[in-house]
Amino acid sequence: MPAALAVSGLTKRYGVVDALRGVALEVEPGELVGLLGPNGAGKSTLVKIACGLVRPSSGRAEVCGSPAGSREARAALGYLAEFFRFPGWTSAEELLVLHQRLAGSTGGERERSELLELVGLVDARNRRVEEMSKGMQQRLGIAQALVGTPRLLLLDEPTSALDPVGRRTVRTLLEELRRRGVSVLLNSHLLSEIEHVCDRVVILLGGEVVTAGTPAELASPRGVEIETDRGTEVYPAANRDDVPRLVDELVRDGRRIYGAHVLTSTLEEVYVEAVGGETQ
Amino acid sequence: MTGVLTIAGYGLREAVRRKVFVVVCLLSLGFVALYWVGNRYVFRHVGDINPPSGVDARTFAGAFLFGMAMFGTLFLGVVLAVFLTLGVVRGDAERGLLQPLVVRPIGRATVLGARFLGAAAVCVPYVLALYFATMAVTGAEGSWWPDRIVTPALELSGGVLVVSALSLLGSVFLSAIANGIAIFMVFGAGLVAGLLGNIGHVLNSHGLVHAAKIAAWALPFEALYEDALRAITANTSGLTGFLLRLGPFGGAEQGGVGLRLWSVGYLVVVGAVALAGFSRRDL
Repeated sequence: MPAALAVSGLTKRYGVVDALRGVALEVEPGELVGLLGPNGAGKSTLVKIACGLVRPSSGRAEVCGSPAGSREARAALGYLAEFFRFPGWTSAEELLVLHQRLAGSTGGERERSELLELVGLVDARNRRVEEMSKGMQQRLGIAQALVGTPRLLLLDEPTSALDPVGRRTVRTLLEELRRRGVSVLLNSHLLSEIEHVCDRVVILLGGEVVTAGTPAELASPRGVEIETDRGTEVYPAANRDDVPRLVDELVRDGRRIYGAHVLTSTLEEVYVEAVGGETQ
Repeated sequence: MTGVLTIAGYGLREAVRRKVFVVVCLLSLGFVALYWVGNRYVFRHVGDINPPSGVDARTFAGAFLFGMAMFGTLFLGVVLAVFLTLGVVRGDAERGLLQPLVVRPIGRATVLGARFLGAAAVCVPYVLALYFATMAVTGAEGSWWPDRIVTPALELSGGVLVVSALSLLGSVFLSAIANGIAIFMVFGAGLVAGLLGNIGHVLNSHGLVHAAKIAAWALPFEALYEDALRAITANTSGLTGFLLRLGPFGGAEQGGVGLRLWSVGYLVVVGAVALAGFSRRDL
């Protein structure tokens, strides 16, 4: 089975600005990949190339084995833009009907109800978009992106307007999508969100991939911390294998041990290190 | 085809929900009512006028009034067409409305074609309705009917379609406001060129007539409008016909079949350029 998204040597130049400089990236079927990077790193450009909104200057981008932007590629994906707007005069129900027709979905009423249920908008199905809060519109946007059961979901900042409960709803939704085998490329500034739900993380900087891997791979060891009756002892050079020896030495020294923790860097630390302190 | 109908229907529903039709219908009713009042006064007093020898006052009044109504019809049709199409590509893209539609499998050509068809589905019936309503008013009040009835109506509709296509083309490259301004300026330029052509005929200035002819064919909505005006008095001869063709609401130029074929080709070329521009545009 081809990768849900495969890009290689991808470049995009806007005038004199290089938005992407030879990006290579793969999203496997059923994989949830988080895309991180400061503003201007090229994240949105990459997502837009994947869904055919922007033409690459060079390189290759394929969605489920078809060239990005082709009819087959567009039929296989769902997309939620960072800055999107739905016509204020439509209701949630009408909007989903419109996208079902455009996507060629045969899901009908059942699919619409399921999607509205999934994003918690069942009670607002007949409400006009202009009468919805920004968070509700964003959840409607996610439902719209899921019309037609896409194999690849491209989400560009899907939680930027959501409150903590809304974010949790989206996190649950992403986990449900992974369970169903849908591949997701999640572009977000919320590191904790990416850390919690993504199988793999890719960090872009200046149009290039600077770091990529699973959250566990990216988390580098930062020593060992042992809680004793005389306070917490930190051994920065130690690793997991050193814990029994360190505990043994402390006990022989007459200390009482209450806990031992192997320290690793957080995604935030990995991110800051990767982007060299660039502001988001 | 489903995609075209879906997008066209979406555009029509938007016009209904945003009360575009209500406003347009009310204003058009006002226009027809005022036109009727004008006709009533003119034809009540037309018998009292002693025109120069060889001029039929009733024919002159009827053709002049109806020519004016045709200008009003063209203008209102163009306003409607421009407002329905001025922001279809760049305007909607800047507002974030276009991207969710374009990423669907229907493709960009369908979106563009459907928006043109949607505009045509509104504007053509509107122009035809206004044309025949004003014609009925002049016919009922003044017992004057145009020499050709259907051809001018179709040519006026064609003129509005040409402006719709130009507006769609402009929407690919310009923001909504810039496009609206540009299209109205182009429309105004076309009309001015037509008037200059009329003046050229009066002054027997071949240069002015030639320039007006080039402008009218470069912007065929003007040529179609002129041909439509000419057609309503196609069988009116003598001094009456001559005076009517001097304008401002008389056609100085006759286009014929060549103009109609050119207009169809023009629509195709404008559509192709718009599609080429749209397909290369980053959104």
